[in-house]
Amino acid sequence: MTVGGWQPARVIEAVGATPSARLLHLQVPGWPGNDAGQHVDIRLTAEDGYQAVRSYSIGSYGPGETIELAVDEIPDGEVSPYLVRDVLPGDELEVKGPLGGYFVWRPGGAAPVQLIAGGSGIVPLMAMVRAATDAGAAPSVRLLYSVRSAEDAIYRDELAQAATDGGVGLTWRYTRAAPDGWTGHVGRVDDDVLRAAVWEPGREPIFFVCGPTGFVEHVADALVGLGHPSARIRTERFGGA
Amino acid sequence: MRAEIATSTVDGNAAAGLLWDVFEADVTALIAVCGGCREGAPVAEAVVEIDDTAAIVRCRTCTHTLFTVLRHEGGVRLVIGTLHEIVRP
Amino acid sequence: MAVVSRGFGARRRESDPRLPPGQYLTEDFPVLSAGPTPRIDLDEWRFGIRTETGGEVSWTWEEFQALPIEDVDTDIHCVTRWSKLGTSWRGVSLDTLLESVESEAEYAMAHSYGGYTTNIPLDELREGQAWVAFEFDGEPLDAEHGGPARLLVPHLYFWKSAKWVRGLTLMDDDEPGFWEQNGYNMHGDPWTEERYW
Repeated sequence: MTVGGWQPARVIEAVGATPSARLLHLQVPGWPGNDAGQHVDIRLTAEDGYQAVRSYSIGSYGPGETIELAVDEIPDGEVSPYLVRDVLPGDELEVKGPLGGYFVWRPGGAAPVQLIAGGSGIVPLMAMVRAATDAGAAPSVRLLYSVRSAEDAIYRDELAQAATDGGVGLTWRYTRAAPDGWTGHVGRVDDDVLRAAVWEPGREPIFFVCGPTGFVEHVADALVGLGHPSARIRTERFGGA
Repeated sequence: MRAEIATSTVDGNAAAGLLWDVFEADVTALIAVCGGCREGAPVAEAVVEIDDTAAIVRCRTCTHTLFTVLRHEGGVRLVIGTLHEIVRP
Repeated sequence: MAVVSRGFGARRRESDPRLPPGQYLTEDFPVLSAGPTPRIDLDEWRFGIRTETGGEVSWTWEEFQALPIEDVDTDIHCVTRWSKLGTSWRGVSLDTLLESVESEAEYAMAHSYGGYTTNIPLDELREGQAWVAFEFDGEPLDAEHGGPARLLVPHLYFWKSAKWVRGLTLMDDDEPGFWEQNGYNMHGDPWTEERYW
């Protein structure tokens, strides 16, 4: 067993995902598996004993000893620049988890599911997309993904592919710059965007909203204003703007 | 998630790890009822300010501090503030 | 022994010297109260000081507003670890108020509408260290944050800055107020982390 919940983990792969984000695959011996939406705390210890702990959502779900994290670099951050720029396969760190029993999706519910991601908030929702797809529930799941530009979208290719394969219903929202050929508007998520993209209140969807704190609160308030009960909206705030 | 910037406010999901150190269980889905305003909400939905040593967990409705979780000399303390009840739904 | 991560630690941030140990910044102004918010009519409001020998002096709101009023710009530190830098207040200095009494006492108990109490050494209320404040950020202090007036003693943890203050009782010996009876430190210096017993 592990002391104080911290388990040793090893980086086995580090892959660029966007100009500022990287996917990390960690092997965690004895990992019990995790639900879609859960997260881990990562602990890093320096040679002189200095430690830092940060939370990261898990992009993967299910059994197995390998987990996938997607880390977006925050300028002047203490930990994310290390994980995005410095960490190499073979490096070791510690994880605690899986954590989180509230912001999770499991198959078997009757209600349609609406996922709303702001920036790196896509990570736990990607685990839900993958889990729902594998469970045959994709037709009842929609995703609204708000990003600055196409190149900032983590999991962009996988999501685009899933959409063409008849997977979850996907709506992109570009807040700063749209890709070539985009005929829609550019700008932040507003009531019109939500009304067009989201299951209507009559379908009684359940929501998972994840991203920076300001984004999550703006979206949650707007959803309530559009007639969705707040009890059906689950949120996870990432801090920052 | 625990923010890189201590001034950011997050929610109870970010305190799951610290709370696990106290209870050795995930408590974020439990309902916390505030003694100040008597509103109940999942711990995951509380307003949380968190850094490497502490998490301040506040009622989203009235901002009273429900409880504070602190790392202390190799252990963890949970100091109860205005929390009135915990309910497993 | 924790697993050491190769190369970690080079980017660590220096701690902010403006903050006492264990504190961090907030832009909000959280409310933490022991009970409900009292609503006090300005016609009924009084601030009084009672000395250790029983002498009393008190001011009505009008009398209070006629006293010299000071602008106070200061940092405040709550025991629940948030600190707010550069807050602006207006109020009457305790130096002004204490001119009206004669006392050899060494301690004071602040009393609030609603029953809250907190104890402070008297010499830490003098010499520009404390005010009865009724404006915050240019506006009348709202009831949630202690209005019409609260004690303001910014060099101690903010539970000592009693909201809804109604007066001071001067004492020869130190006695614990409300939070001090419930686990909080008798003195409450944030710079030496005097949080709890």
